[in-house]
Amino acid sequence: MLDYTPKEITERKAIVINPAKTCQPVGAMYAALGVHNCLPHSHGSQGCCAFHRMFLTRHFKDPAMASSSSFTEGASVFGGGSNLKTAVKNIFDLYHPEMIAVHTTCLSETIGDDLNALIIDMDIPDGKYVVHCNTPSYKGSHVTGFTNMVSGFIKYLAKKGTEPNGKVCIMPGFVNPGDMREYKKLANALKVPITMLPDTSGVMDSPMTGKYEMYPKGGTLIDDIKELGGCIKTVALGVQTSEPSAEVLRKQCGVEYVSMPLPMGVEATDNFIMELQKISKEEVPYEIEEERGQLIDIMIDIHPYTYGKKVAIFGDPDTVLGIASFALELGMIPKYMVTGTPGAAFETAGKALLEKFGVEDCTVKAEGDLFLLHQWIKNEKVDLIIGGTHGKTIARAEDIPLVRMGFPIIDRYIHSYMPLTGYRGAMRMAELIASALMDYQDSHCEEKDVEVVM
Amino acid sequence: MSSVREKVLEQYSSRVYKNRKEHVIAIGEHEKDVVTANTRAIPGIITQRGCCFAGCKGVVLGPIKDAAIIVHGPIGCAYYSWGTRRHKAVADEKNGEKADCYLEYCFSTDMQESDIVFGGEKKLKKAIEEVVGLIHPKCIFICSTCPVGLIGDDIHAVAKWAQEEYEIKCIAFSCEGYKGVSQSAGHHIANNQLIRYIIGTGDHQPEKKYSVNVLGEYNIGGDGWEVEKILKRCGIEVVSVFTGSGSYRDIKNAHTASLNLVQCHRSINYVADMMKDKYGMDWIKVNFIGIESCKKSLRDIGEYFGDEELKARIEAVIADEEDAIRDEVEYYESKLKGKTAALYVGGSRSHHYQLLLKDFGISTVLAGYEFAHRDDYEGREVIPDIKPDADSKNIESIEVEADPKFYRVYMTDEQKAALEEKGVKINYYEGMFKGMDEGAIICDDLNHFETEEFMKILKPDIFFSGIKDKFVAQKSGMLSRQLHSYDYSGPYAGFRGAVNFGRDLVMGLYTPAWSYVKAPWKDTPCIEGTLGGDEAC
Repeated sequence: MLDYTPKEITERKAIVINPAKTCQPVGAMYAALGVHNCLPHSHGSQGCCAFHRMFLTRHFKDPAMASSSSFTEGASVFGGGSNLKTAVKNIFDLYHPEMIAVHTTCLSETIGDDLNALIIDMDIPDGKYVVHCNTPSYKGSHVTGFTNMVSGFIKYLAKKGTEPNGKVCIMPGFVNPGDMREYKKLANALKVPITMLPDTSGVMDSPMTGKYEMYPKGGTLIDDIKELGGCIKTVALGVQTSEPSAEVLRKQCGVEYVSMPLPMGVEATDNFIMELQKISKEEVPYEIEEERGQLIDIMIDIHPYTYGKKVAIFGDPDTVLGIASFALELGMIPKYMVTGTPGAAFETAGKALLEKFGVEDCTVKAEGDLFLLHQWIKNEKVDLIIGGTHGKTIARAEDIPLVRMGFPIIDRYIHSYMPLTGYRGAMRMAELIASALMDYQDSHCEEKDVEVVM
Repeated sequence: MSSVREKVLEQYSSRVYKNRKEHVIAIGEHEKDVVTANTRAIPGIITQRGCCFAGCKGVVLGPIKDAAIIVHGPIGCAYYSWGTRRHKAVADEKNGEKADCYLEYCFSTDMQESDIVFGGEKKLKKAIEEVVGLIHPKCIFICSTCPVGLIGDDIHAVAKWAQEEYEIKCIAFSCEGYKGVSQSAGHHIANNQLIRYIIGTGDHQPEKKYSVNVLGEYNIGGDGWEVEKILKRCGIEVVSVFTGSGSYRDIKNAHTASLNLVQCHRSINYVADMMKDKYGMDWIKVNFIGIESCKKSLRDIGEYFGDEELKARIEAVIADEEDAIRDEVEYYESKLKGKTAALYVGGSRSHHYQLLLKDFGISTVLAGYEFAHRDDYEGREVIPDIKPDADSKNIESIEVEADPKFYRVYMTDEQKAALEEKGVKINYYEGMFKGMDEGAIICDDLNHFETEEFMKILKPDIFFSGIKDKFVAQKSGMLSRQLHSYDYSGPYAGFRGAVNFGRDLVMGLYTPAWSYVKAPWKDTPCIEGTLGGDEAC
C-alpha cells in the first residue's frame, strides 16, 4: 500500500498528492442544504454538481439534492446567463423550492459571470428567493465555500433594524447534523433561544418513513434568516469557518459576535456553555453538569491507554484544532496536525495549543497533503491517526490504527448522526480513541499478554 | 403503457415537454423505436450526468495503473476521482516487464488564483518534474479541467516537452468538463489519444495461437479479472484490457492480438473501429454479464476463430462453470422470479444487466442511459442517420490509415457472411432495444423529476442506478442497488459474478428492516377502552 511514497522528504512546489481538502462548491452545497426548502444550484458545467452530490451522499448515506446550469462549450465562451435563467425557471416549475441558493465553479468564475446582475434581471415568482455566493474552486477549500454560502444567505436576506428577537445566532461550523443537534440540545437545556445557520439536522440525517421528501423537515427557516439582524449576538463556532460570516452579519446588521473554537473536548465546550450562560443568566442545569462530570470520569478511567500516545490528525482546520485540543486534554501528543485548507491562522492556533499544554516537537501545517503526512509518519511513527476515510491507506501501510472523524467518511456508517462536539461528543471521541488503541493492543500483543480485563 | 409515458411528460411546461418527449419513449408504441440521445442536458432539470473530464480521466484513463495521471486544475476534479470508481488493479509483471500501480495516488496541480491569471503551464511543468523525481513513472497523462481551456494553457506542448526532457511517455488530454454534453465526449477524447500515441508502439507478440484484447472492461469490483480467468481457461490469451487493471505496458502491444472483444460499446467503440481501420482487426460485441450472454459471448469467440479444439474447450469450460453455480442460481431464482426492475446506468450496463436479470426471471419495466448515443439504443445500423449537433461537433473525430507494417486481413468477407449466418455479428452492436418487452419505458438522460414520477407509477421491485439516486429510491421504500459501484460488492461478471449478483439482490429484498418502516403505533390503537362512548384513537 502506498509503495511509491519515499521516506526521504523533498520539497514540492507544484504537485499536490493525496490532498487534505477539496474545492469550494461542495461546502456551499452542504451549507445550502442546511436551509429549509432550499435547493442548492451549481452554476457551472454539470460534472461538478454530480461530483459534489456524490461526495455528500457517500458521507451521509442520504440523498443530496442540487441542480446545475449544465454549461456547454458555447456557454463557457459566451457566458452562462441564459443557462441560469432557464435553470431557475425549470427548478421553480418542477421542484418547487422556496429558495434557490446558487454557487459557482471555477468555470463560471474564470469567465466572469456576474451573478448579481443575472439574478436582478430574473423573473422570480412571488414569495420565492434566489440568492448566490461566489465560490471559485481555485481559492481556499470546501471550508471556504461553506463560509461563503453562509455569508451569501446573510447578504441577501438579513436586514438591518430588525426588531430584537432575543435570540442568539449560532454559526455551527463545518460539522455533521449530529453536532448541530448537540448544539441545539445544549442551548435548549440552558434555555437560550437560537437561530442556527445552517442546520443540516433533519436534512442529511432524515429518517426512513417510506416516503421520499425532496425537502425534508430540517433546515434553518428562511424567515429566521431574515430576522438574524434582531439577534442579541452571534456565537461563531470554528474560528476559520464561522468568523468571516459573523463579521458579515455584524457589518450588515450590527450584531456583535463572539468567535470561538468548535466546542470539542472539555475546555472548548466549557467556554461554549459559559457563553450561552452569559445570555441566559441562569445556572447551568444539572443535566449538563452531570454530562461534564461523566466525561471527566471517563478521561480519568482511560488515561492509561491514552497518556503520552502520539497522534497524527488531519482534516478541516477547525476540526483538526478541536480534536487536537481534546487529544491534549487526554494527555496525548498531537505529533502532526495537517489541513489542506490554506490559512496561517491554523498554524498559529495549533502552535498556541501545543504551547498551552507544554508539548514540544510537534508539527502543524496548513496547505499540507496526505503524501507529506505519510512521509512524516515514515520518519517518526505515531500510535494513532485521526481523520477522514482517505487516511486508511496510510493506516494500513504503516499498521497504525485509524479513528475516523471529520469529512469525508465514506467507508463507515452512522457517524454523521453522532456528535463529536459538546460533552457527549467528547465522550464519543474518547470511546473511539480508546477502543482503537485497545483493539490494536489486543490484535498486536503477544498471545501470552492478551488481557481479559482492561 | 404509452399512457404511463404521457402521464409523466404532460406535467412539463410545453418547452420542456418538447425536448423530453423525444428522450422518453415506450417500446413498440410507434412503428419504429427511435430515441433522441446525446444532446445537451436541460439546465436545472437535475440530470444525473457528469462531465467530459469524468469520462476521460475517471472512466477510460483512471484504471491504467502504471500511468501517473496529473490533473491540471483546481483540486476538486482530482479529489473526486480519487479512488471512488472501483476499477481494481494490482502491480504485476508480464513478459519480463513490470507495470507499477499508482491508483492509490491522486496528483493535482491544485491551481490557485495566480495560475488562472498568469497561466498554469509553468506549474504543470514543475509538477511533472516533481512527480518524475518522486515516483519515476514510465508514463504520465495530463488531464485538463474546465479553466485550463479557458485560460489557454497548452498542455500538449508541455507533454511534448516532458517526453523529451525525461524520456518517458507523456500524453495530454484536453478533456475540459464543458466539452460535449456528458461523460461521452471524454471517452472519445481518451480513445483518440490512445490510438494516436500508445497502441502500436510495443512489439511483444502473443504467445498463444488465439489472442484477444478486452475493450471497455474497467474491472469494477474485479469483473475484468473474472472475465480474464474464464478466457484463460478456454486457452485464449488476453493481450491487453482497456482499461481495467490495464497498463501502458500492455496497451502498447494491443495491435498484436487477433480479435477485439467489446464489452462497453459506448466508451471504447472508437478504439475498436480505429483498430479495424489501422490494423485490420475485427471486433465482436460480447457481454460477460449474465449466464446466457456469457455463454453466447464465449461461443461467438470460438466461432470467430473456427477451431474445433478451441470450441470443444469452450464447451467444457461452460459446462464446468455452470455446474459449479447451478444450485445457487436455482435458489436465487426461486426468490427473485417475477420481480420487476428499472435500470438507469451510464452508457452500457442498462442493457447488459437486463440479460442477467432475465437469468433470474426478473423483467425490466424501465431502462435508460445517462449518455449513450442512438446506436447504443437502436443498434449501429442507425449511425449513418445520426446528425452531429453544435455540442458534439467540436469533439475531434480522427481518421486513421492502414498501418503498412501491421495491417492484415483476418477474415474474408465470405467467411464473415458465413459467420453472420451462424448469428455471430462482426463489427456490430445491436443496441438495447431489440429484445426488450413491448411497453417498457425508455428514458434517455432520466432526471430526478422523471425518476420520482415513473417510480410512483411503475413501482418496480428494484431500481438499479447510481449513488445519487440510491437513497432517494430507498427512502421511498424501494430497494436500490448501484450498478456503477455494485454497492462495494462484486464481481458481477462471468458465471461466478451472476451468483454474487443474485445473492446481493436476495439480501436486499429480504432484509428484515424493510418490515419495520412503519411504526406499530401508526396503525394500532394506543389506548385500550373507550372515551365518551367513542374509540379513543
